[in-house]
Formats: sequence, structure tokens, C-alpha cells
Amino acid sequence: MYRFSAASLLRNAFSGHKNWPQQFQSVEPKQKYQAVIVGGGGHGLSAAYHLAKEFGITNIAVIEKGWIGGGNTGRNTAMVRSNYLQQHSVNLYDASIKMWETMSNELNYNVMFSQRGLLHLAHSVSDMQEIGRRAHAINMFGADAELLTPQQVKKWLPNINLNCRFPILGALLQRRGAVARHDAMAWGYARGATELGVDLIQNCEVTGFEINNGEIKCVHTTKGRIKTDTVGIAVSGHSSHLAEMAGFRLPIETVPLQALVTEPLKPVLNCAVISASIHAYVSQSDKGELVIGGGTDPYVAYANRGAFEEIETMMTAVKELFPNYSRLRIMRQWAGMVDLTPDRSPIISKTPIKNMYMDGGWGTGGFKTSPIGGLLMAEMMATDQVPVLAAPFALSRFESGKLIDEGAASSVAH
Amino acid sequence: MFQIKCPYCGNREMTEYTYGGEANLSRPTRLESEDSLALTSYLFSRTNKRGIHLERWFHVFGCRKWFNVARNTITNEIVETYLPNEQPQVVEQTKE
Repeated sequence: MYRFSAASLLRNAFSGHKNWPQQFQSVEPKQKYQAVIVGGGGHGLSAAYHLAKEFGITNIAVIEKGWIGGGNTGRNTAMVRSNYLQQHSVNLYDASIKMWETMSNELNYNVMFSQRGLLHLAHSVSDMQEIGRRAHAINMFGADAELLTPQQVKKWLPNINLNCRFPILGALLQRRGAVARHDAMAWGYARGATELGVDLIQNCEVTGFEINNGEIKCVHTTKGRIKTDTVGIAVSGHSSHLAEMAGFRLPIETVPLQALVTEPLKPVLNCAVISASIHAYVSQSDKGELVIGGGTDPYVAYANRGAFEEIETMMTAVKELFPNYSRLRIMRQWAGMVDLTPDRSPIISKTPIKNMYMDGGWGTGGFKTSPIGGLLMAEMMATDQVPVLAAPFALSRFESGKLIDEGAASSVAH
Repeated sequence: MFQIKCPYCGNREMTEYTYGGEANLSRPTRLESEDSLALTSYLFSRTNKRGIHLERWFHVFGCRKWFNVARNTITNEIVETYLPNEQPQVVEQTKE
């Protein structure tokens, strides 16, 4: 594999950047694999990479309907945080942040992970109580969180309008909160996985599963039938669709979530800001664009475009928080399909089908957990054992009633 | 933005309504609910249909009545609206 380094950058600069090699290839599927991963986004690629690297299984295919990283991996607002309320969630999301912290070195690929801090704003007494409770919980479970006064918020965000329609009473700060380059994460994992012998198969849609005595045998795709011993599903926005093919139902509803970017600016915002109450989140990318997100559409849809009212709501909120953004032009807007579970926590689990595993239902927060979600699914696929971190997120929790309620911490009202 | 035809008021903007989730979910009887799977299914499992989805809507800024809608979740096309005690004319035809 081509190693990136300061020397290679210099060498390629002298040759006019014309000799950079291709980082990964798409291939045609073989007839049989030891493991098949459905979904070539962050979670699927991370699963393939870790399966090959940590568990020594390299005869793997990653099947992607479109192109690598072209689904929700390329449609999010690229925030990474672990400021959740419940112990199981904090452990899970913080384990993911730790993997992000070493990812660029691990993959020899710059994922532009930038721990610039993340502020969750509070606009009411009940908001203050909620973030207070959450800050204590987060600190108790070993991640980091601080409570800020409005004056401290003003120091972090000189442009903010503290006396907006719903005045800002404080904020929850997570200093290790970050933004990253979403495509780089997907490409880095794809490159790492192909280097270890994984086959990436793009433009290949799964059309059905062959199941014998409750055990997965084959995956039918638009590029033919693929025999396999084990299948991992990591398909945000289509989990229910694939579950239906395999013959089971999921506690998931799929809704569109929108985001947009403005024209590029000089640096105006040096951290990520979330306001769950008036409903917007914003950060500035390294290109200078403000990346803005809002709420989900309030109904089930696979339309891949969101409702216009949601854009209006989030723009109103951002303008209220940062009046000096009001003249900015919007360059692009898009929507991704998110799989919401009733308790807003993911499903990392075995399924009713033997040797079929799933890593999904991440709702509006799947990007940040690509490393850990993939790692946990890889462990399940390799050993058929459920890792400790994943156990509370099993599908069976909806039957036992041990839900992991993260409605408030998911930061997107839905 | 799309419009929904309320069976009582006619075509109105979607923002006049609120979404009430999947239609035709029936709560298990007390006897059935001792079977935890029936209760799990009623409480949490959803069809989440990619295609024609039967769902409930509430005309919150209008007549404040509930009714059912058959909507294509891929295109947001409203195929049909009907009263909860009626059967929809289109059921299960399209997929993609």
C-alpha cells in the first residue's frame, strides 16, 4: 500500500500531484466468501477492516448498492461526541471517540479529526436541569463534560446572540467533541480493508437472502448469488427493508434528516454548536462552509429529500442564534434516511437468523460511531459472541423492556 | 411540501396535519399480552414500508379529526385517504 508521509507529499508536490495512485478498487464478486457485509458506508467498511485486521478473516465482500460512502456516510454533519445520558451509551460512544483519536495513525490516512469542542445550548430552566443531570452522568461514567454560564458561552462563541427569542441560560461543553472529514473516514477504511484483502463490490444491490433451517446460506445480489457463512448488515435507512427480505420485523421507523452548507467563509466558528430546543446544529468545515443541520421530517419516508418546512425551522433557529449569518447563501442541501428506534439507541445485535448480525438503528447519530459499530459487529461475525459493549443494545431489549432512552441526548427532536 | 386530502375538509397543506404513525395496529387483549412477543410487536415493531404505507394523520389545524392515509413513502404521493372504519382501495401493489 502506498504510505502517506511528509516525504511522499513533498515528492508528489514536485511531480505536480500527477502520480498519486488509486487508493482502492472495486471488483466483481466471487461465488463464495467467508463473510459478506451488506452496506459500504462507515460501519460496513469499519467492520470489514476490523474483521480482517483483528480477527484474521480476510475472505470478505463488502456489498454496496451505490458507491463507497455514498449513503448516510456522505450525508451527515460529521460531528463526533459522547455526551449521552445512560452508562451503556456513554461507554459505547466514548469508546468510539477513543478510536477516532487514533484513526488517522491507524489507517495512515488523514481523517481530519479535530477535537474543537462541542457546545450543547440550554434555553430554559428544564434545559438547564437536563444538561446538568447529563453532565453529572457523563462525568460519573468517565467521559468529559462541563457546564458553562452564558458569559462563558459568549467567550466560546463571540458571535452568539445570548438574548435571542429563547435566551441562552447555559451550555454543556464536551471538549473532546469533534468534527471529522466523513469521506476520508470511509475512504481510509476502504483503503485499509482492500489492503488486507477485502473485496469491495460497488453498484451491487442485495435482492434477497437464502435461508435454510433458520441459518443464512446465500446472498442474492444484482451481480449474482454469493455463498457465505456469515452476514453482517450495516445499512442505515434500509434496515427494515433488508429485515423484511430475511423475514423478520424491526422496531425501526425511517425518516429523512436534512442538512445544508452555506458558501465558504473565513473562520467564524471554532467549535460545534447544538441547540436541541430551538433545533439546529452548526459547525464550520475546514473549507469554510457552515454545516447546518436540523430536525427530522415527522413521518416515515424514503424520499431522500426532506420537507421544506424543516429547512425553514432550522434556518430560523440558526439566524436567531447567530444573526450575522443571516445574509449567507446556501450552496447545497440534502437529506439522508435515518433509522429511528423507539429509545433512540442503536441495535448492535444477533438477529433471528443464525449467523446474521446487524449494526444499525443509529438514528441521527451513526457517523460518529462508525469505528466502534464496525468493530463490535466484526467481533460478533468472527466469534458469534456478543461483546460486552454491545450486549445492552441487543434486539431483545424491546422484549425485556430494558430500553436505553437517549431521546434527550440525541440532540435532534423526533 | 405536499397536500393531503382530509376526508372532511378537502385538500390542505401537510403542515396543517400531524402524523400519527402506522395504521391498523391493534392492542393485544389482556390475555394475549401475557405473550410478550405480541406486546413487543404492538409497541415497537413497525412495517416501515418502502412503498405504499398505511398510516394515521390528524387534522390538527382543521377539523381535528383522525383519518387514514395511503402514502407512497418513496415519492410522498398521497394515493388515497379514507376513514378509519373503511378499507383502502389500494393495498400492497407497488414496491419500488
